[in-house]
Amino acid sequence: MLTREEILNIASLARVGLSEKEIEKYGHDLSEILDYFKKLDELDVSDVEPIGHITGMQNVFRADKSEDFGDLGKKSIMEIAPETKDGYFKVKSVL
Amino acid sequence: MIRELHEKLINREITSAHLTQQYFDAIEKKDGEIGAYLTLTKELAFAQAKLVDEKIARGEAIDLLEGIPFAVKDNICVDGIRTTAASKILDNYVAPYDATVIRKLKEKGAIILGKTNMDQFAMGSSTESSAYQKTKNPVDTERVPGGSSGGSVAAVAAGEAVWSLGTDTGGSIRQPAAFCGVVGLKPTYGRVSRSGAIAMASSLDQIGPIANSVEDAAIILSAISGEDILDATSAQSSDKKFEDYLTGDISGKVIGVPKEYVESLEGEIKNVFEKSLEKFKALGAKIETISLPHSSYALPVYYILMTSEVSSNLAKFDGIKYGLRADDTKKLLETYLDTRKIGFGEEVKRRIMLGTYALSAGYYDAYYLKAQKVRALIRKDFEQAFEKVDFVYSPTTPEVAFKFGEKTEDPLKMYLSDIYTITANLAGVPAISFPIGSVDTEGKALPVGGQLMGKWFDEEGMLNAAHSFEKAK
Repeated sequence: MLTREEILNIASLARVGLSEKEIEKYGHDLSEILDYFKKLDELDVSDVEPIGHITGMQNVFRADKSEDFGDLGKKSIMEIAPETKDGYFKVKSVL
Repeated sequence: MIRELHEKLINREITSAHLTQQYFDAIEKKDGEIGAYLTLTKELAFAQAKLVDEKIARGEAIDLLEGIPFAVKDNICVDGIRTTAASKILDNYVAPYDATVIRKLKEKGAIILGKTNMDQFAMGSSTESSAYQKTKNPVDTERVPGGSSGGSVAAVAAGEAVWSLGTDTGGSIRQPAAFCGVVGLKPTYGRVSRSGAIAMASSLDQIGPIANSVEDAAIILSAISGEDILDATSAQSSDKKFEDYLTGDISGKVIGVPKEYVESLEGEIKNVFEKSLEKFKALGAKIETISLPHSSYALPVYYILMTSEVSSNLAKFDGIKYGLRADDTKKLLETYLDTRKIGFGEEVKRRIMLGTYALSAGYYDAYYLKAQKVRALIRKDFEQAFEKVDFVYSPTTPEVAFKFGEKTEDPLKMYLSDIYTITANLAGVPAISFPIGSVDTEGKALPVGGQLMGKWFDEEGMLNAAHSFEKAK
């Protein structure tokens, strides 16, 4: 069973605020699901190469250049931002 | 169905505008009960239809999909249209661009009716985790349509769209298609560009069609597939017309039935499945029992990889650049915490937390890395199976559509709905669900789906096998 501190730590790493009720509920749910994951311990995979890309594609290249969305594109991107100032996204103070 | 409508359009028996109106009428009449749509795009649809009708009037040739109305799952971006992924965190999000599949379909003149309901961020197997509404199974409205593409599938099953687009990360196209009695196709990983689809688990996600027939699914796949510079995982593949491969002849083909999938089958589904095997035999196919020995590890592997990728993909929903932002926060960290607390639904938060834990310092080797290794073993199971057989066949789901609320309290129970479908995503192979019969339950004939999985990039062979089954009565 995950402790209350562990749940709070995971939530903090995930940047998710939790209510008291959720702390209890997720403590229970996550513990149960993590137990279920233990099934993989039955297998010895020490000699197995992990999957990188499932159909084995490698090194897809394209030119390293930006594309301009134009004024209309910029406008529609800025219009859906919660808060902007002088053409920039505005955020709350960091510290 | 697409071909018939196409004939009517080019013979001028109907106009695209008239056809589009018919579907909006059907939505008006039925969707209050079914709840398939979140947003209707009438203005866009009729503007598109007008162009098609003008083209036909000028005597120009039109594409098979041109002028025919379809629906889009609400996690696929349509320029200028609200796109929510059925989550409050994107409640006010208006997509500033078209997904690649939408761009291709617009170029072909396919008519967009609207955006459909789904499990929030495609996380769920019943569409019950939508932040907006329930979608009901058109076959029995006391039951769920399946999920996560429940709205897209219900729209097709209820006659509220000719066809639709869904996304499939662990069965989200095929499981609801099975529950509602229509065809659902998940292409090979990389066959279809995901640019503009709101990512859930990027090593598993694919966009695919939901349709009334296998031929319709093939026609749609031809239109949406292909390499795309905007999705680096999209595969180089020549422009195939998958519908041209539907010969209806599968004599001599070998269909493998994995014993791990069917040994626990019970009751009526088992009977329906066995009858379907007889039908395949009558078509000249050979049925062989095969083994996929690592099947029982697929679900834990899937839930480790998927939740890990979810925790990474959903980090971008932070209340800064678009979407919801929590009010009255003083510091940036508070903005993140509160926005995500009120914006994400219960299952979304559960999966983000699980994935964060699996990827956190000290646990990566035990969970993510180990799961990627077991995934290699699962792929190898398929490689070995495909040395002997052409297709792998099983029911799509171990049971028929369940009732609302039956599984919402127990996440593990809900996850088990995907038991037969997730291996195709883990192995990257194409898979299709198509109706193979029904089970009478409480006075309703609840549909049963059969699932064929094909070799990597052999959609044409797999589609032909499903088509042959569908055509033989």
